[in-house]
Amino acid sequence: MSTTTTKDHPHLAADFNRDEPRVNWHDETLWWVRAKRDIAAHKLPEWELLRETASQIKFNVLSNLSTYLEQFEANATKNGIIVHWAADAAEHNQIVHSLLEQRGITKMVKSKSMLTEECHLNDYLKDQGIDVIDSDLGERIVQLANEPPSHIVLPCIHKKKEEIGDIFHEHLGSAKGESDPKILTETARQHLREVFLTRRAALTGVNFAVAETGEFVICTNEGNADMGAHLAEIHIASMGIEKLIPERKHLGVFLRLLTRSATGQPITTYSSHFSKPQDGSEIHIVIVDNGRSIQLGREEFRNSLKCIRCGACMNTCPVYRKSGGHSYHTAVAGPIGSILAPNLDMKKYADLPFASTLCGSCSNVCPVKIDIHDQLYKWRQVIVKEGYSPKAKTMAMKAMALTLASPALYRMGGKTGRLVFKYAPFAVNNKLNPWYNQREMPKAPDESFGEWYAKRKGAKNS
Amino acid sequence: MRVALFVPCYVDQFYPKAAIATLELLEKLGCEVHYPKNQTCCGQPMANSGYEHLTGGCNNLFVDNFSGYDYIVCPSGSCTLHIKEHLHADGKEEQATEIRKRVYELTEFLVDILRVKQLSASFPYRVGLHQSCHGLRGLRIAQMSELVAEPFSKPAQLLDMVNGLELVPLNRQDDCCGFGGTFCVVEEAVSAKMGKDRVADHVSHGAQYITSADLSCLMHLEGILRRQNSDVKVIHVAEILNHSMQ
Repeated sequence: MSTTTTKDHPHLAADFNRDEPRVNWHDETLWWVRAKRDIAAHKLPEWELLRETASQIKFNVLSNLSTYLEQFEANATKNGIIVHWAADAAEHNQIVHSLLEQRGITKMVKSKSMLTEECHLNDYLKDQGIDVIDSDLGERIVQLANEPPSHIVLPCIHKKKEEIGDIFHEHLGSAKGESDPKILTETARQHLREVFLTRRAALTGVNFAVAETGEFVICTNEGNADMGAHLAEIHIASMGIEKLIPERKHLGVFLRLLTRSATGQPITTYSSHFSKPQDGSEIHIVIVDNGRSIQLGREEFRNSLKCIRCGACMNTCPVYRKSGGHSYHTAVAGPIGSILAPNLDMKKYADLPFASTLCGSCSNVCPVKIDIHDQLYKWRQVIVKEGYSPKAKTMAMKAMALTLASPALYRMGGKTGRLVFKYAPFAVNNKLNPWYNQREMPKAPDESFGEWYAKRKGAKNS
Repeated sequence: MRVALFVPCYVDQFYPKAAIATLELLEKLGCEVHYPKNQTCCGQPMANSGYEHLTGGCNNLFVDNFSGYDYIVCPSGSCTLHIKEHLHADGKEEQATEIRKRVYELTEFLVDILRVKQLSASFPYRVGLHQSCHGLRGLRIAQMSELVAEPFSKPAQLLDMVNGLELVPLNRQDDCCGFGGTFCVVEEAVSAKMGKDRVADHVSHGAQYITSADLSCLMHLEGILRRQNSDVKVIHVAEILNHSMQ
């Protein structure tokens, strides 16, 4: 699933920007989704109250997580669901594999689950000889293209319909050059129908797990989670420990926020509740930590676990829109991914908290009010303190701090700088200066404001 | 009213006209304006790069320069926000707290403290207003498009008082310009693309000038406009409000 490159965000984003018309298309497409979200939100006068309520409910969950987890486990077990606990991605993958192996199952259908992307389950099962088919249309497309999703809600948003037509022609036998979304969707539907009917095992994600009832809820627009789960003899649901909500009534808050934030729809086409297995079939839940309890222990970053995976922060983020999901080289891209990923591997993802202008749009579209841009700022401080910042940058910052802490050095530096700009522009107007690549440098005035002021009559220097 | 003028380092060095306009405007509106001469920088370039621990020197200097005034006014939303959120100084925390309470970005100072209701300024041009993110979402000098809340805009309210000035509509009223401090060089490709797209929005709506309460955004947009040999200019909001004002 992971890309083979070791490039960081600035380089991957620069690659993405080589094709400017494509960047424009990507940006416009996601901005359109953001605009739909705005329209949907503005139809609810109580929108901001809903966000605050959701944020507080999740705050309660995170503050009492162990209690709610145990309550959920007890109630789910009472309902006849089998609960498994996985400390990390490897354990999650092993649990899923052993459930399949015990039953001699070699083919599984999967509906959307970002957690299994995070755990790289598909790759793991493939190595074990298990064939996994993603049944969410977008995920199926990227799976056929042998790419990871670029967006948590819109996995193939980086693909144009003509490119999807080519992929379907190659893998599913649609007509060459066919790019009509309706026809392509029908092609996928026919292909997946056969998959649904023949797979004995189905894996789904979980949007909300209700502690009070032991049930869990999956939100899809395609109904693919239901198709998979109802026709299979074993339904495995993978969920992170933070997916809990205390009571069923709280769904009234979260279901109203989730899809309005994600796509601007009032609600997903299907909000499927699973509370107990049908006769003759089994439901297993794998509850996964994979670093979440470490994040829970980081006071400044704890709130990131409130995330309900709506993707609104990605759609609104100008950096995401203009750099593409793959430039984040992690399962969950965009602003939320950039505050989650460093918790898993600070060195590998040291670049991500810097892939932001700290514009703050993410924090203000977030339906659970995660202070995303403040956390990006805080991760920067942590990454530097832990030593994952380039040495040259540290040297430059130390020199800058020294200069700016001294009025004399500052004045001398400013004057020298302006003189260089004026009389030796080639020293800054060159390829070594990234600013100059697409922008002119500011014109240097003859005197600074400070110099002008000192000569002013009646100057009130203090 | 004793007001200290806080001029961000890059404004001091590259855009003295904006600082002069701020000074003159405040004086015309009756403030006793002081310029603490040993001021340098708020420390934001280090802090946003992850080096907040190196800003002690800047913080100390800031406290020494700006203690004891009724208000501190700055023609930059971003630098104002940095001081408001991050100014702390060992052994001088009480003074630092006072400063955090008393620091204002220029347009919010004019609207909320001086309660300016009219200006005799004139600027007969079509102007695009760029909302800087730190002013908008940090200081809340205008309502952001993300929230379901009453719209308002302190800079627009002031610009509406200027004779002959026509504010142009924009497709995206508050999308970020992509400057972002060191982001503009570290993430050069995305930064420049964001800037180009903001410029295109203003230009396509017939703006002759792009204005903002933040010069850092304008410096970035100006760099793009000049590279494109565009006739469109950038101008700090203080320069417009002070324009031909008696």
